[in-house]
Amino acid sequence: MSPMQAPSPQPAPDVTMRSQTFPMQMAEQQKQAAGELSKLSTTNLNFYYGSFQALHGISMQVYANRVTAFIGPSGCGKSTFLRTINRMYEIIRTSRAEGEILLDGEDIFKLEVSELRKRVGMVFQRSNPFPKSIFDNIAYGPRINGSVSRSGMKDHVEQSLRRAALWDEVKDKLHASAYSLSGGQQQRLCIARALAVNPEVLLLDEPCSALDPIATAKIEDLIFQLKDSCTIVIVTHNMQQAARVADYTGFFLMGKLIEFDTTTVIFKNPTRKETEDYITGRFG
Amino acid sequence: MQTGARIVRHFEAELEQLKGKLLEMSALVEASVQRSVSAVTQKDRSAADQVLRDEARVNQLEMEIDEFAINLLATQQPLAADLRLVVAALKINTDLERMGDLSVSIAQRAISLLSEPVIQPMVDIRHMSALVESMVRKSMDAFVANDADMARSVLASDDAVDSLRTASYHELVSFMEKDPHNIPQALDLIGITRSLERIADHSTNIAEDVLFLVKGVDVRHHAEARQ
Repeated sequence: MSPMQAPSPQPAPDVTMRSQTFPMQMAEQQKQAAGELSKLSTTNLNFYYGSFQALHGISMQVYANRVTAFIGPSGCGKSTFLRTINRMYEIIRTSRAEGEILLDGEDIFKLEVSELRKRVGMVFQRSNPFPKSIFDNIAYGPRINGSVSRSGMKDHVEQSLRRAALWDEVKDKLHASAYSLSGGQQQRLCIARALAVNPEVLLLDEPCSALDPIATAKIEDLIFQLKDSCTIVIVTHNMQQAARVADYTGFFLMGKLIEFDTTTVIFKNPTRKETEDYITGRFG
Repeated sequence: MQTGARIVRHFEAELEQLKGKLLEMSALVEASVQRSVSAVTQKDRSAADQVLRDEARVNQLEMEIDEFAINLLATQQPLAADLRLVVAALKINTDLERMGDLSVSIAQRAISLLSEPVIQPMVDIRHMSALVESMVRKSMDAFVANDADMARSVLASDDAVDSLRTASYHELVSFMEKDPHNIPQALDLIGITRSLERIADHSTNIAEDVLFLVKGVDVRHHAEARQ
């Protein structure tokens, strides 16, 4: 499915969308980054865990084939927002979302959840391979979907593992347990598993927080390669990681999107004092 | 996010230390510029000697500041305002060291002029050096105070210094044309005005770095106007 065409790009090279305190003003403040295509468009999203409001009027766009990072202190709502994008929150009975998220112009709240999650894959902080072989971990999704024929499965598994830069390390032990892999390899296996259903968007929730620097570097290299075929949204606590991998960065604080801009602007010269205080480690 | 009492981090103390070292260097360089000018205009040998003595300390500070800033980049990976401060400090450091070298050059020429009778009243040099000294002082005051307006005022002075230097050059050329015996002294004076003009250029660089530090904008080579 092709991404939605951006309406009237602005002449300025940079983005420029900043959330305001008042939700009614937010949509008016949005501007399209020049030359970018919108993949996910969120308007005035509010999210509740029971009576607690975790997200307040989030309005923003995630651009196609770009890496967008969400940063912010613990409890700021960035992971909640990520989980809203593929409706992962629905497993929590008391939670509810209000507002609009469009995936290529389609309302995600009106899509079948299985269809949505096929199009929007997710990888979590801790790798969670199935208690199966490496091969079966990758083949699981395509088998359920029936999207790959039995005869084509071997090639599909190889292709998915290659896309996740794991093939060379596991090609001789495809039928070994996924648990025999190292932490970094397990995480790339989970990425390969997510890629096996050819998602359009890949959500990464602190994918490197349990990995050593070498495994982290491999995941980051992978992110660079994957953005040719996917739109990537990553939540990270590691400022340098956001600075390294992301094209755009959004800063969340207390359930609000405080600032969204190109990563260069956010890390070199943010507009909002809250952003500056957070990324330079100054609080209060 | 924590609220209330602000956490003062070790890194902030290190940034203050970096600024402190830079201020020590700028005080030394500012004094060297003033002394080198006095050496010329007042025929003050002791001022010239002091400039030559201080050069070693300026060079040492340049290396210390470079090392300190590079260590901060390597160990703290500063971002946003902190990143701009460390980058600006590295660049200002280089400019200050070059200003120190130019003061030495002026002091050396002042020594060679000590025994010479004055062929031309030093009005232009006094006027020019007053402007240059003011630029040096203001550029570093702007750094200390994070004052973008003051930095911009330094940029505005650079053209005036260039004009004074050009006028002085033409005058000194005419002195040389009048009498070839004037040539050695006139060449020294041309060298001095050239050094003063270069010091003004380095002050301009510092003012540009201050604007980058405070506003995050690049005003070099009319980049701001292009944007």
